[in-house]
Amino acid sequence: MDYKRVVITGIGVITSIGQNKEDFWENLIRGHSGVTRISLFDPSSFPVRIASEVKDFCWKDYFSSKEANRLDRFTQFALAAAIQAAHDANLREGGEDVGVIVSSGVGGLGTLVAQQEILSQRGSERVSPFLVPMMIVNAACAQIAIHFRAQGYSSVPVTACASSLHALGEAYQAIKRGQARLIIAGGAEAPIVPLAMAAFANMKALSFRNEEPQKASRPFDLYRDGFVMGEGAGILILESLESALERGAHIYAEILSYACSTDAYHVTAPEPSGQAVVRMIRKALKEAALSIEEIDYINAHGTSTPLNDKVETMVLKEVFRDQAYAIPVSSTKSMIGHLLGAAGAVETIATLLPLEKNIIPPTINLENPDPDCDLNYVPQKAIFKEVKCAMKLSYGFGGHNACLILRRFEG
Amino acid sequence: MQEQEILQKVKEVVAERLGVEIERVTPQARYQEDLSADSLDVVDLVMAIEDAFQIKIPDSDAGKIKTVQETVDYLKKALEDRA
Repeated sequence: MDYKRVVITGIGVITSIGQNKEDFWENLIRGHSGVTRISLFDPSSFPVRIASEVKDFCWKDYFSSKEANRLDRFTQFALAAAIQAAHDANLREGGEDVGVIVSSGVGGLGTLVAQQEILSQRGSERVSPFLVPMMIVNAACAQIAIHFRAQGYSSVPVTACASSLHALGEAYQAIKRGQARLIIAGGAEAPIVPLAMAAFANMKALSFRNEEPQKASRPFDLYRDGFVMGEGAGILILESLESALERGAHIYAEILSYACSTDAYHVTAPEPSGQAVVRMIRKALKEAALSIEEIDYINAHGTSTPLNDKVETMVLKEVFRDQAYAIPVSSTKSMIGHLLGAAGAVETIATLLPLEKNIIPPTINLENPDPDCDLNYVPQKAIFKEVKCAMKLSYGFGGHNACLILRRFEG
Repeated sequence: MQEQEILQKVKEVVAERLGVEIERVTPQARYQEDLSADSLDVVDLVMAIEDAFQIKIPDSDAGKIKTVQETVDYLKKALEDRA
């Protein structure tokens, strides 16, 4: 079979630290935290009162008030980021060979909760007819397809916090195999609603550092105590190299490989030996035909939970052996929080921009070394380093793991 | 409630729910053809009108109402019947 080479030609991003790629990158390399006290609802009675919110979301730049009323917040983020990405890639229209793979972890949870309240207070006749089309996890994917009239391949892989990395991986594979010429891929999430904040807090998954919001997300630090909930979207335009060259599109990076695996161990805790992730990374390196010395940067899953960061470090040491200490590994969640289903795609943008800029974003708040986490996590400050190949890792509740390897495009 | 008053209130609700300029909401305007409402928009609009006028419009009646004027006529009669 004749496989296609796959490249990335457009990016769109909505996060707490930037609602376009320029602001996002600037704040990322400056080590700016987007975490604050929650403003989307009154968190006074909640154990966790901080999150990484998209403040003053500029939805009017993208759609009318009627459209906005019919889209859950996660779909608004997705569509806005998709419009940015398409503009960035100079993509004007869809077609039969254009696909959409845009995922989410929890979908339109905010809409679901609001309508449940209407049901309780006003009865069944007052439940919105828009609840179902707004809530479904594939709403973002569908709305993007409708907006661009993209009538080709579509899919919505839902794997919790690995969702959008699986989305990018599936898009890469579909284009590689010739099932689509171009795919709009990524993820979106808007989970900062009281119900979810209570549930995640009760799982003890979140940081309780309410008094110091900007210090709360501290991956690999000895005093990390959980992740900080984030929201937003990351959308990328993936296409075959031929398509990109024919269109004269700017090429950010080439995707060299994708691999995934499953812990099959526990629905929330990582498998303690990390063997499924070890196998996955080795598979990805093999498919990319790269040696361990050729990876210049790893954007870690790095959630800032005690267990994730420890197991992730162990895994990297097993795969990369002594070389593990030489590779900068950073967690941009330290600044943007954890965007759940959108994390993989937003962080892939943070992984590919270093290929162009030769600057690696830091892991902020890494102040107290943890003996179990002893790699070079680019603490506190961005560094200059030539980056030719970079790796992105994501793991989701359910034990789903994904890995993507990117390379600077050099013809 | 006078017809003019009903019309004005209907216009406001329709413009808000369907996201159209109020000038486009003329008495002759048809919801689906002229104001681009889809079937879900119509259900949502009926709910909004029920809320605005504090009345209940049975599905069998709602299905027959296609234009702004038909809405006004229906509301005028329903409000009179109630009074």
